[in-house]
Amino acid sequence: MAEIKNYTMNFGPQHPAAHGVLRLILELDGEVIQRADPHIGLLHRATEKLAENRTYIQSIPYMDRLDYVSMMMNEHAYVMAIEKMLNLKVPIRAQYIRVLFDEITRLLNHLLWLGCHALDVGAMSVFLYTFREREDLFDCYEAVSGARMHAAYYRPGGVYRDLPDHMPQFQNTRFSRPNVTHKLNENRQGSLLDFIDDFANRFPKHIDEYETLLTDNRIWKQRTVGIGVVSPERAIELGFTGPMLRGSGIEWDLRKKQPYEVYDKLNFDIPVGVEGDCYDRYLVRIEEMRQSINLIKQCSKWIRVNPGPVISDNQKYAPPKRQDMKEDMESMIHHFKLFTEGFHLPKGEAYAAVEHPKGEFGIYLISDGANKPYRLKIRAPGFAHLSSLDEMTKGHMISDLVAIIGTQDIVFGEIDR
Amino acid sequence: MTDLKKISTNIKKILPEYPIYLQFDEITLSVPADDVSKVLKKLKTMSQLKFEQMIDLAAVDFSEYPQKNYENCRYAVVYHLLSLKHNSRIRVKAFIKDNSFPLIETITSIYANADWYEREAFDLFGIMFLNHPDLRRILTDYGFIGHPFRKDFPMIGNIEMRYDPSQKRVIYQPVTIDPRNNVPRVIHDEGFRNG
Repeated sequence: MAEIKNYTMNFGPQHPAAHGVLRLILELDGEVIQRADPHIGLLHRATEKLAENRTYIQSIPYMDRLDYVSMMMNEHAYVMAIEKMLNLKVPIRAQYIRVLFDEITRLLNHLLWLGCHALDVGAMSVFLYTFREREDLFDCYEAVSGARMHAAYYRPGGVYRDLPDHMPQFQNTRFSRPNVTHKLNENRQGSLLDFIDDFANRFPKHIDEYETLLTDNRIWKQRTVGIGVVSPERAIELGFTGPMLRGSGIEWDLRKKQPYEVYDKLNFDIPVGVEGDCYDRYLVRIEEMRQSINLIKQCSKWIRVNPGPVISDNQKYAPPKRQDMKEDMESMIHHFKLFTEGFHLPKGEAYAAVEHPKGEFGIYLISDGANKPYRLKIRAPGFAHLSSLDEMTKGHMISDLVAIIGTQDIVFGEIDR
Repeated sequence: MTDLKKISTNIKKILPEYPIYLQFDEITLSVPADDVSKVLKKLKTMSQLKFEQMIDLAAVDFSEYPQKNYENCRYAVVYHLLSLKHNSRIRVKAFIKDNSFPLIETITSIYANADWYEREAFDLFGIMFLNHPDLRRILTDYGFIGHPFRKDFPMIGNIEMRYDPSQKRVIYQPVTIDPRNNVPRVIHDEGFRNG
């Protein structure tokens, strides 16, 4: 009989379970993985280099396109780094709005992750349900910024504008049935906050639906329990952050440990796992969604009763009101300077990080005093997670590899940058 | 976050020979490239410090930086460390002496996740990491020439790729677009805002 040796197999970059453009070179012994070598960079757009050639405000939309399933969180880290260097105070209402949208973004991300993870493992229906809820969250994005995904809503000094009083509604077309349109518009009669509250009230039931489909599902458990186990010590060593670290049982969340914005005034819990396998990370993320709903409710309640400015009144860094520009020369000059030359950051360097749905998302800024960054380094959580893929998959089957890619919540926009 | 003063005094006690800067509530430790692994090992293991996680590794090309720093070094490698035990952060900046052949020791034996970060720094800046187990390009294309994040590398690149209908394959050719800069880079003099 012929001697059977290890053989290599190419996986991706166009594979539905590769979450975008992951290319893996797998060394296999039968169906058991001996070595996995991820080839990344197929989505490399040199965001950091582009940012060096643009003013600070011009780079905000690039941040949306990093992790394109949690858009506003990326902006958040970026504007926080700028605010840190400028020592720019953000109005309290803007801080609450940011937290509100951070948590909406966390839901967006976790819903996509849950749907795709379940789809990879073989549960088709969860995907359909999660995308139904994502649609409503995109509508929140659209109501506030005009864009469903790439919002560019956070600005240095606050947010672009206040929450709208009216929710955009579905219109009748010659293809739609009026009674259906009317039904779709039922929860869109009030303001954006009414819509968000309505969502927050019904969403926990939807999480229960997902859990009914998965949590005690025998097949789901067979595919995730004991797969991709990472010990707490190793998780720290490998640079894990976010749910990947918490899944291994380490209670570490920047929202609690190094609170930014108003997280220290809000009540929420940090879920942690025990075993450090795919199933525990699944449970951690499900519980995080419940906590996010909790946070959304608290923020919405506060925002309702506390009107006020949503962007800094320092016109060196935040644009003046449209009204003022018509009458006030000074405002017009500020507006002109801000959108031609842009503002300048003091010489120095700063690092700001947020608790992104995937982990710690950080921005390291070096400024030489110009109107553009000298160097911008993006710390993407997925990069550290994916670099451990080899270690996590060693000795597992190919089908487990798919579960591990799913549990790492990989998005190439941020890994390749 | 624990008190910055406490951490910086602890660092001064353990590593007295290196300068410490405090800016924007962050600690920066500046070290020569040769001492990096020694310093990081101490920062990781000493119980008063315990920076057990490497959060980020960034390479920087200082060739166009207006102020000359630290013996005119062109390249620096910047490590961001996090201590989960003490809830604190530190930035370690290692300046590399040699501008033509930047070489620094790898820290993969200290922090396992440095592997890919160092590959990235090698790919984008051409910094060589001594004793790195697998120093290959990571982000750029197979067969890419040059190090794109160096300041002397044009933003639009040197070559472009397109499908050639006559040859019926994808070909590489020199870039056909012109660099465009709509907003000039401006640095104001000291005291500009004060009139």
